[in-house]
Amino acid sequence: MTTITTSSEANGNVSAATARAAQQAAQKSQAGRAQPVTLAKSLNTALSDAMAADPSVLVFGEDVGLLGGVFRITDGLTAKFGDQRCFDTPLAESGIVGMAVGMAMNGMRPVVEMQFDAFAYPAFEQIVSHVAKMHNRTRGAIKLPIVIRVPYAGGIGGVEHHCDSSESYYAHTAGLKVYTPATVADGYRMLREAIASDDPVMFMEPKKLYWSKDQVDLEALRAGHEADGGASSEGTAAVARAGTDATLIAYGPSVPTALAAAAAAAEEGRSLEVIDIRSIVPFDDETVCASVRKTGRAVVIAEAHGFASVSSEIVARVQERCFHHLAAPVLRVTGFDIPYPAPKLEHYYLPGVDRILDAVDNLQWED
Amino acid sequence: MTLSTDRSPEHRQGTGSAAEPAGGMDASENEPAVGADLDAPLRFGITAEDYMLPARQQIQMVEPTGLLKATEAQGTQPGHEYQLPSTDVLLDAYRHLVVGRRVNDQNSALVRQGRMAVYPSSHGQEACQVAAALCLSKGDWLFPTYRDSVAVMTKGVDPVQTMTLFRGDWHGGYNPADHQVGIQCTPLTTQLLHAVGVAHAAKLRGEDTVVLAMCGDGATSEGDFHEALNFAAVFHLPVVFFVQNNQYAISVPLAQQSVAPSLAHKAVGYGMAGERVDGNDLVALMAVLDRAVALARGGSGPLLVEAHTYRMQAHTNADDATRYRQDSEVAEWLDKDPLKRMRTYLQAQGLLDDAAESRIAEEAEAVASQLRTGLGEDVPVDPQDLFRYVFSAPTTQLKEQAAMLADELARDAAPQETESAQ
Repeated sequence: MTTITTSSEANGNVSAATARAAQQAAQKSQAGRAQPVTLAKSLNTALSDAMAADPSVLVFGEDVGLLGGVFRITDGLTAKFGDQRCFDTPLAESGIVGMAVGMAMNGMRPVVEMQFDAFAYPAFEQIVSHVAKMHNRTRGAIKLPIVIRVPYAGGIGGVEHHCDSSESYYAHTAGLKVYTPATVADGYRMLREAIASDDPVMFMEPKKLYWSKDQVDLEALRAGHEADGGASSEGTAAVARAGTDATLIAYGPSVPTALAAAAAAAEEGRSLEVIDIRSIVPFDDETVCASVRKTGRAVVIAEAHGFASVSSEIVARVQERCFHHLAAPVLRVTGFDIPYPAPKLEHYYLPGVDRILDAVDNLQWED
Repeated sequence: MTLSTDRSPEHRQGTGSAAEPAGGMDASENEPAVGADLDAPLRFGITAEDYMLPARQQIQMVEPTGLLKATEAQGTQPGHEYQLPSTDVLLDAYRHLVVGRRVNDQNSALVRQGRMAVYPSSHGQEACQVAAALCLSKGDWLFPTYRDSVAVMTKGVDPVQTMTLFRGDWHGGYNPADHQVGIQCTPLTTQLLHAVGVAHAAKLRGEDTVVLAMCGDGATSEGDFHEALNFAAVFHLPVVFFVQNNQYAISVPLAQQSVAPSLAHKAVGYGMAGERVDGNDLVALMAVLDRAVALARGGSGPLLVEAHTYRMQAHTNADDATRYRQDSEVAEWLDKDPLKRMRTYLQAQGLLDDAAESRIAEEAEAVASQLRTGLGEDVPVDPQDLFRYVFSAPTTQLKEQAAMLADELARDAAPQETESAQ
């Protein structure tokens, strides 16, 4: 059999000057080479590039080999890198994550796929008791550079157990980073950052955005990552749309909805800023608070149930840090506190433009 | 759930798959899993079933009285043959056995004295502990449970460091990479999958590492037991799964965990070989585990070894074993004590004289003294360590919380200055 060699120093240090030069070069060339790319393609490219760059990066899970994953995110990886580096496992999620722990203990950087959000629950014990804690209980001696990819959330007419927003479970667990990209470019950038991270990352992929397209230059993104390993953008939120009157704070599948609401509000003469959280853990308080302090009003938008959730946390953080800048209570537009509804009913559940604009209207503009 | 009233051995034998004729394992009928070791039965000249199913009896080489059994009475059969370990191997194992017993009793005493928070003793199971570590070569990995402190120490980890979690500290003490020993694992059988992953990574790199993964009888009911054995078999990995069947999961006896003919019989369901061994017979344990490790290293794929033993003491110091088992049952196992048996055997073979015995006793006493001293010392704690290792670099949120705690502590340390400032 062929064997895989691994290097423990996958990410060498690059000087700041080199990084800047590469980024500038990447930006210059961007206009010319941008083309329509789906989020699925950008994630697939990120996996392929990470595997090409580092032989210790392995991809495994259910149906990720020949089939290329039920969402085709791992398409072509087995053909390109062989069935020892991208392979199907027996159908057992705890086994997938538990084996990833051992592989990471022994020099690999596993990227595993949980086929659907709700199918990840059998792996919960491994994630909470080991993935999240190994670094701490070994005082940093054992690092677990594992990425657990989770296609999550609804909006695709999926049947039960296929549309859960499970990010709050992971965000509540100390020791896990939780990322969720909302744009095609962030899909590439953040997945490369997650794979390069020495900490375990829950990588939450909004499945309804897999086939959304942006004008993206994948070459430039690759050059950008290779220049600084993601050091400049990792763990940061983004201002997805600038505005002055109120801030919409969203992540993952809710970002396009928030942007649509901001566009509609603009027609009515209201300027809404949209913050894309991107990294739930660690949380970029600075970007969020800078926006809310500027606008004085905020609405947090999330598909997940509102009760005891990431959206609750964001509201709490904003009022703790921005209270004296607020002209109104921070409001939320979230999913109802019910099991994710059937396809016929999901549009009642999902945060939509109208519900967001109603919340904006309720931000005490008269006072 | 139905409460079976018929759990007699006769009934269990009748339902066992062992009684089924050879059939479904024919490679020509079923597409073999990747790497399934269908050559092994051929190599031993036996059927696939006879290779995977444990020998009809457990392997026992030395009787509880210390007498070496005749080869034909040891439980071996074609394809399940075991060599008597060499004198050097047995003397070294005995030395560790004596130290292990002393460690167990010293630690239990330290718990009673309030110098350690808790200790799940392996008193009575020391032969399993010692054999699990000694069958491995340098570079091989061991994945222990919370009851396997003696195995961890036998693999070379410092005794005081081994006790870090049990003295109530927040971390595991030793660096797993130093001695290829996982941190003792509390969530049952979760560590078996880590063993599978370590073996898988090693195999992908073409290394000949073998991994031994430990669990107890109760743990075989957990889902991760199934997933770990199945993954190891499907990926054809060099993992030896070593089950110490000590008859109880805290208070629940084996009969309420499984009605399989034996735990070793579970192996056949995964397409791997299983074996039963007397877990209080260090000679047999060394023979069976040495062979399992050699087979695994040679490419046999995973193996399952069940050791039949007994937890002589309560689950931990916080448990009361008199609520669920009879003293008479415990007394029966006193006669099967692994240490007494090994000493009698070695003496009868003329391998152990008084001088050697006293040297070993001195060594055991030195380890006990090391534990008393080490666990008697106050280890200074740094509250900032709470934040330091959650991630490879603390997040902004953790830095804020660390600063808050530091500020609290600074104010606690200087109450008078605060008052005078007011």
